Amino acid sequence: MAGRGPRVIAEIGHFALIMALVVAVVQSVPPLWGAWQRNTTMMGLAAPAACLQLVMLGTAFLCLMIAYIGSDFSVINVMMNSHTQKPLLYKISGVWGNHEGSILLWALILSFFGAAVALFGRNLPTTFKVRVLSVQALIGVGFISFSLFTSNPFLRINPVPLEGLGLNPLLQDPGLAFHPPMLYLGYVGFSIAFSFAIAALLEGRVDAIWARWVRPWTLAAWCFLTAGIALGSWWAYYELGWGGWWFWDPVENASLMPWLAGTALLHSAIVVERRETLKSWTVLLAIITFSLSLLGTFIVRSGVLNSVHAFASDPARGIYILAFLTLVVGGSLILFAARASALKPGGVFAAVSREGGLVWNNLFLAAATGTVLFGTLFPMFADAFGYKVTVAAPYFNAVFIPLMTPLIIVMAIAPFMAWKRGNIMQVLRRMWPAGVSVVVAIVLCLTWLETTSPMALMGVALGVWVLVAVLVELAGRVDLFRTSVGASARRAVGLPGSAWGMSFAHAGIGLVVLGITASVSWEREVITMMQPGETRSLGGYEMTLTSVTPGNGPNYSYIRGVFEVREEGQFITQLTPEIRTFTDPPTQTTEAAIYPLVTGDIYAVISNAGPNAKPGLWAVRLYHKPLISWMWAGALLMVVGGMFSLADRRLRLGVAARAQRRRRREQEATA
Amino acid sequence: MGSSHRRWADGGYPIMKRKTQRAVLIGSGMAVLALAVGLAIYALDDSLNFFLSPSQVQAGDNIPSNTFRLGGLVEDGSLVVDGEMNVQFVVTDRVADIKVYYDQQAHGLLPDLFREGQGVIVEGTYGQNLFTASRVLAKHDENYMPPEVADALKEAGEWRGEAPE
Repeated sequence: MAGRGPRVIAEIGHFALIMALVVAVVQSVPPLWGAWQRNTTMMGLAAPAACLQLVMLGTAFLCLMIAYIGSDFSVINVMMNSHTQKPLLYKISGVWGNHEGSILLWALILSFFGAAVALFGRNLPTTFKVRVLSVQALIGVGFISFSLFTSNPFLRINPVPLEGLGLNPLLQDPGLAFHPPMLYLGYVGFSIAFSFAIAALLEGRVDAIWARWVRPWTLAAWCFLTAGIALGSWWAYYELGWGGWWFWDPVENASLMPWLAGTALLHSAIVVERRETLKSWTVLLAIITFSLSLLGTFIVRSGVLNSVHAFASDPARGIYILAFLTLVVGGSLILFAARASALKPGGVFAAVSREGGLVWNNLFLAAATGTVLFGTLFPMFADAFGYKVTVAAPYFNAVFIPLMTPLIIVMAIAPFMAWKRGNIMQVLRRMWPAGVSVVVAIVLCLTWLETTSPMALMGVALGVWVLVAVLVELAGRVDLFRTSVGASARRAVGLPGSAWGMSFAHAGIGLVVLGITASVSWEREVITMMQPGETRSLGGYEMTLTSVTPGNGPNYSYIRGVFEVREEGQFITQLTPEIRTFTDPPTQTTEAAIYPLVTGDIYAVISNAGPNAKPGLWAVRLYHKPLISWMWAGALLMVVGGMFSLADRRLRLGVAARAQRRRRREQEATA
Repeated sequence: MGSSHRRWADGGYPIMKRKTQRAVLIGSGMAVLALAVGLAIYALDDSLNFFLSPSQVQAGDNIPSNTFRLGGLVEDGSLVVDGEMNVQFVVTDRVADIKVYYDQQAHGLLPDLFREGQGVIVEGTYGQNLFTASRVLAKHDENYMPPEVADALKEAGEWRGEAPE
């Protein structure tokens, strides 16, 4: 019973959660009415309420965290998901590692973003800001009441159990500890884009300033989501021990869909910002992106996707989710249909132009989102008609790759294109180094690697095309080779953050494409039985199993295999994969050993050969995965690119505010 | 017209009229949509895996000729591994038993959480009273029961209690 914190903490948390709901209602309904009636008292409620809501939810979350740290098993949620023997980090990450806690975290982040708008949105027109805050609060009401009435993390149990149940060793991993909060920061970040879109529809106005407001939020959300997806994929790669990193699992698709739509939103917002066109489409994308984030949150935690019968096992939760989704998606789409025509159409452009390229981007990203959505939800609909089916990975590959290919080809070209009206011949002439590199890469693949797989060749061509195009575009911007190196360097430093951001993010895609292509096309795999002393060769490496020894870890016992890796007789490294056995709950995990190199990872897994195998024999799995680390590097580069764009001074709101004040002064001067 | 010809000649395309632009946007949207729908229908044809319980497989009607999923419990004491790492076990819903064959060398080692007496989903083809699996799925924690398996057991009247949440 040691270490149990004061029980009253959970009551304080519960009370704070109830108060947060009250505050959220105050933040939503009266200000919305006030904005309509131009009632300043009502409108004045929104900003302070937004801050108070953050305080309340912060308190509730902190209390739950204290209950976890102090192992207060009188709280059912803590009892189900924690354990006294858990290391502190995993006690804390256990807070959001379950349905109830993650919904609370969601609401907390939502209120955090709301408070940020309340505090830093001084330059927003008053009615607009109030409407944004009240839409944000409406979502908050939905989430907090979902938490309180169907998924309350503060429910108690009596008698108090002595020990908690949750100690799933697979989930005790730093990668997984930070994966959900990252994803949530991404999902919830899109709520701001959504609130801005709804407020813009209510106001009947979308302009460049609107886009300047929406872009940084969308960018930040996109960065978090990208990082979150990459972390999850990386975790699957090294922890699940079968060397895969993406399985087209519904849970993964749930995070990919908002990412695809969010990426489209990011690009269409640029068009609104620069050219004040594609306004209603951008508003629609903001609605879609956030709706997919909501869908993602719910399907991951509710288990709806595995089977519609998950609804039956907990009808309240299922019906609530269905109602909430219908209300948010249906309501905003109806509002869109009614009000989109009020948005003034913007400037026109030629089909071949920067705008044209961005439209292309949006078309294919939207199509990809739609097909992933269809494949993910199809089993659910089929289940409703009594068919039990799953949509397997080949569907997603067959659909996704053909839709991404044209997108990536144009992604390399569009940044060279002028706004409004581009010149394709001129652009292609400038891109000759990229074209030459693609030809050289294909020839190298055919002769040196002797690859004839069209998929592999196409992947390499796409990756090289994008990477070289990014370099050419950057070189052109800094006048490389046309002026002195010093002058080019000065120009490079002076480039706007968004230029660097785009280059990094696009180069990141290029790296990801190359990493995926190489690791899939040239993977070497050996699955076999080995006994100590034996050697197997694996794509140019010799792997010797030198010993297999048992031992004890902090809360598990292990059997550790030792592999020596040699290349042409030269010792490279030693790999030590393990089989770990945890007692409480009884679980066995395989711990892969990975030696990452720029040229590729060497990956080893050992496991029991089975009950009736010859003693001394071990089942082993050895992989060589060429260039796979390029994939993680590419994802990182995308996030870095997003951060560079965020740092762009033109996106800083102070700049927009100053411009607005200047315009107002000029107007006053002329009046 | 003269100026628009010059634009074409220098590689640029003319800026569209608003009406034309809307038509082009809607048209290209439709085209990409059609492409996506076409791809989806084409791809779905090969990738739909039906789920069957051991009883349904034993009954023998409507067994898909291509890959499908079979789910149930791994029968206690049924797991056999030969020297070539080929695995055999029995998947049961306590009404019908189906023998499953799985080649680890070709398809990968059995997952960590594969256990006798626990829920499992296997993916593969069925013929001559043998299910040849190309994938074995046993995920999540030790209490986890794939919902399809739970349903299959319920239908067979062999369901004992709810799985803890």
